[in-house]
Amino acid sequence: MLPRHRRFTGLIVVLFGVSLASFFVLKSFQENLLYYFTPVQVQSGEAPIDREFRMGGLVVPGSFKREEGSLSVEFVMTDGGASIRVKYTGLLPDLFKEGQGIITRGRINASGVFSAIEVLAKHDENYMPPKIQPLTEQT
Amino acid sequence: MNLKSIYKLGSPPLFYKLCIVLEPWYLISSILLIAVGMYGGLFVAPPDYQMGDAFRIIYFHVPSAYVSMMAYVFMAVSAIIGLTWRSNVAFSLAKSCAPIGASFTFLALITGMLWGKPMWGTAWVWDARLTSELILLFLYLAYIMLHLSIPDRSKADRATALLAIVGVVNIPIIHYSVVWWNTLHQASTISKFAKPSIATEMLWPLVIMILGYTLLFAAFLSKRTAAELAVREKRTRWLQTLIVGDKNNA
Repeated sequence: MLPRHRRFTGLIVVLFGVSLASFFVLKSFQENLLYYFTPVQVQSGEAPIDREFRMGGLVVPGSFKREEGSLSVEFVMTDGGASIRVKYTGLLPDLFKEGQGIITRGRINASGVFSAIEVLAKHDENYMPPKIQPLTEQT
Repeated sequence: MNLKSIYKLGSPPLFYKLCIVLEPWYLISSILLIAVGMYGGLFVAPPDYQMGDAFRIIYFHVPSAYVSMMAYVFMAVSAIIGLTWRSNVAFSLAKSCAPIGASFTFLALITGMLWGKPMWGTAWVWDARLTSELILLFLYLAYIMLHLSIPDRSKADRATALLAIVGVVNIPIIHYSVVWWNTLHQASTISKFAKPSIATEMLWPLVIMILGYTLLFAAFLSKRTAAELAVREKRTRWLQTLIVGDKNNA
């Protein structure tokens, strides 16, 4: 074996070892790396009940209610499987609307209502001009 | 191209001349492409149906993020070649990548924060995509600082090369973070094998901007590598004759 072959093999072994190590590290932190839980996970009890967590999903169309003359709002979030009622008081981001994907941070109470202290809008990866939007709404 | 002509690239005088010759072409073509891409992205492309004109920051954010990762892969490959063949040219390339890559990473983070504040409602969250891109910035900075902290150049070259190679595992993590975990950051719009999820009249300026940014990176890299090689080879005859020869011509 030439010295340069030995060095090259050594580097590949190092790279492989580091990849393997980081794979196991990421695997074991899988749950902590999840930025949010889905309503299905929340309903099945995977989300913590004793502390704050984040929940991501869509705002159910027609579920949005605003308390007259205040910043308190109420809406239902879903991921297609489960639906959870959310209460929030505060400013909503520009992209917030019914049917939009959002992420909320807060706690779930005993009656299954999520009281949010932060609402973020999640934008999807689709970009399109306004004129073809009706087409996608039909589908 | 046969193996011999690849080996020739390892010769500092030849690579130095190659950098000097190619740099203006990279720079001119990148300025032209970025000008066309900016015109297309900021004036021709229609506004987004949800975000209006605010989506246009994609024309700066995505190319910066792409180059930030491509530069790192380039740096790691140069480091492997440098360590294997003990090549001064490869080490010079790797060293020159770091500050350029760090700048593009910084741009990607800043443009993302500017967009995130109005659209998401927050400039920063610790989700997997944003955190791994921030780690990329720290890897570049660690590379630069490690190089500065070791006085012996060949030792510094080898130590930083190892850092660059180990850090490359972060690149697939950045890329797949939006697939592997739930993140606030959206999934990839164009870097997938399926049809891009962006309308064609919005896509072409983005592709041109990515090409322009890549050529801009090539221009910066050529310039920095030529300077690095000149510093490293300052006592050699080829560089001295090159400089003195230039003086005689003038």
